[in-house]
Amino acid sequence: MNASVAQKNPLVEAVIRRGLLGKGFLVALAILALWKLASSFMAGPTVFTQQVVNGLQLGFVYALIALGYTMVYGIVRLINFAHGDVFMVGAFASYFAIARWDLNLWLSKVFPTLPFWLSNAIGVITVILVSMVTCALLAFIIERVAYKPLRNAPRISALITAIGVSFFLEYFGALPFVFTSNFITYERPINVINWVISSQGVYVLPAGEAPPPTSIIFSNISLYIIIVSLVLLFFLNYLVQNTRIGKAMRATAYDKPTARLMGINVDGIISVTFAVGASLAGAAGVLYATAFPQLYFVMGIIPGLKAFVAAVLGGIGSIPGALVGSLIIGEAEVLSAAYISTPMRDAVAFSILVLVLLVRPTGLFGEPSREKA
Amino acid sequence: MLKKISRQNLIFFGGLLLFFVIVQLAISLHLLNDFWNTILRIGAVMAIVSLGLNLIYGFNGQFSLGQWGFYAIGAYTAADITYRWSNEQSSLGLTIVLFGVLLVGVAILYIRRVLSRIRGLDALSAFTIYFVASLILGIVAVYLGKLAEPVFNTVLRLLPGVVALQIVYIIAVLVAAVLAAEISFLFGLPVLTLGSDYFGIATLGFTIIVKVLLDNSDTMLGFQEMKGARGMVGIPKLTSWFWVFLFLVIVIVVMRNMLHSSYGRAIVSVREDEIAGMAMGIDVAEFKILSFVIGSLFAGLAGGLYAHINGFLHPNTFNFIKSFDPMIIIVLGGLGSMTGTLAAAFAWALLLEGVLRLVLPQGFETWRFVVYPLLLLLIMLLKSNGLFGDYELPFLRQIIPPLKKKLDPGLQTPTSTPASPSSAQKAIE
Repeated sequence: MNASVAQKNPLVEAVIRRGLLGKGFLVALAILALWKLASSFMAGPTVFTQQVVNGLQLGFVYALIALGYTMVYGIVRLINFAHGDVFMVGAFASYFAIARWDLNLWLSKVFPTLPFWLSNAIGVITVILVSMVTCALLAFIIERVAYKPLRNAPRISALITAIGVSFFLEYFGALPFVFTSNFITYERPINVINWVISSQGVYVLPAGEAPPPTSIIFSNISLYIIIVSLVLLFFLNYLVQNTRIGKAMRATAYDKPTARLMGINVDGIISVTFAVGASLAGAAGVLYATAFPQLYFVMGIIPGLKAFVAAVLGGIGSIPGALVGSLIIGEAEVLSAAYISTPMRDAVAFSILVLVLLVRPTGLFGEPSREKA
Repeated sequence: MLKKISRQNLIFFGGLLLFFVIVQLAISLHLLNDFWNTILRIGAVMAIVSLGLNLIYGFNGQFSLGQWGFYAIGAYTAADITYRWSNEQSSLGLTIVLFGVLLVGVAILYIRRVLSRIRGLDALSAFTIYFVASLILGIVAVYLGKLAEPVFNTVLRLLPGVVALQIVYIIAVLVAAVLAAEISFLFGLPVLTLGSDYFGIATLGFTIIVKVLLDNSDTMLGFQEMKGARGMVGIPKLTSWFWVFLFLVIVIVVMRNMLHSSYGRAIVSVREDEIAGMAMGIDVAEFKILSFVIGSLFAGLAGGLYAHINGFLHPNTFNFIKSFDPMIIIVLGGLGSMTGTLAAAFAWALLLEGVLRLVLPQGFETWRFVVYPLLLLLIMLLKSNGLFGDYELPFLRQIIPPLKKKLDPGLQTPTSTPASPSSAQKAIE
């Protein structure tokens, strides 16, 4: 085979110049995936829709964690591996708030005459706030103790420190007098209501009864997760886009030395970024534990990693990107668990990431990186 | 002959020999019990993995978290081969992997020669070509392996059982290493085009995918003897101190000689500044792949050795959390310092597996992983460049001159550029 002769052929030349072989490979993979999805949908539309709803629920939890990653990475270029463990601490904080102090019911104890849904809603908001504040404080301390002294050290030192912090949070939590190393059953702050959507219409599923075979179950937990996530996302978007502190964050992420010259307290802004990201992770911890009511001292690792994948997929530094990436990862995880094989869901998320990065190296919504000045 | 061996090399190899003999004597005379013997061997295995990662990250600057995946591939491949030989008296694993590795290796080398003449081919297209070729050749290798199995069986049975087992073991370890290297070539080709952190995430994904596959190795891949998430048992315990030490020395010498050759200087230049390297006529992509493949080869080698230490493999050993261990070791030892990596690897094994288990009082074993990250944090905060910075022991600073070549008197002191500027200054002093 003589390559130089082959290259004179215009067809071969075009194939090589446009990278059609590689693109064809990716397109073949995409067609395979779409075909698999379509055939799964045809095989059982209601089951498929049910899975999509479950994926949506998971995706919104990932979105909240992913925002912390994306903000921190955008501002200090650090993959904050401890973020998943902050999420775990958030879940445990809400566990203590609910199981030990009944914070989800405090209002109905103080004013028993209030309607239960209102007092419960305010109680849940209190639990989420407790979790968020705990995580924000924790992240603030971590940032001051572990990351700030390394601001001018090589980037890898901060990364190793982040791994160290992550190990510390996990195994300190595993000590018998902290969170223990057992699985802990989580008490949900709200009562579960399942709505059945089927051909007979929409109705509430009575407790302890099996749903009819071809129906979609939509629970108030999904609704709760989606509403809380959306509210926090809009709040964050407002914070970043419309306030002075958000402007300072964007400036710091864009160019630290210049931001400092403009009179921005860069160290303070970095601390605030860590705290805001961690508070979102705390809220995500409450939501995740409500959806999957089981706590464990290493529960934060895999969701944390998935959320980071989602942040990279959507484009680091972009809030809508984090949301879209998280929804994709959530759906991919649930659908692959349902239709390929349960353990493959971790592998599928990463495969999607690698394939997307090959086509768009900065993620779906990421801006192309600037040349070094 | 003796004249040409420099004093430093004499010290180096003499010291190594002495060290080997002392430890071997201590093991033979039972001064060193099995516990410490195992820890020593695990330390050496970790040193090999970490040296490979140091080549990829410390010297070439590619932030890879995939080392543990290649380690897992090496471990399971080698374990499968020796398991089949010692438990089923079959060399099927050996023949298939051997033929597969040889065929794919030859194919990769040949396709590289052909593709190097085509201009403007992107990495993904090249990957597609390699991937399809490897897939076809892999299937061919399965048939060839089945055909060749009886021949290998009869030849190996002619030898005494112990010798045959050792031969199978060594071939298994080497073949597993080459397999890991070939997979790393296929994987690295498209993925190395990503930027630094994105490459890290992609390789982390690789480690996770390998772990998931190992968890389901009996159901999804069809290797019944690997027993999936239950863990593989019944691997012969063949990795003695001798083999570990031998391979460690080989890896050290190969790495040191390579780093001080023109290839090594090119590899380091990629880390320092890719654009400047390109301007000097260095094929940056080529050297990224080269160091990634060699680093993964070391990982596969170490995996093969590790599999035969305990005789037991479990997918949780290859969890991605553990994949940070080699990264921690090379950063603690000092990036781009082989001395630091060696010291940190042994210290890591001794401390984490040995001392912390013994020193902590009863009931405080769970504190082991609380103390370890605190130590890590402390070292990082106090010495953020690692314990050794870029210090190298004297014998790791210079190349070992080839024995047969007559040296020009003017070139007695090697003029190679050492890995880093400050060690260059030390060498001049």
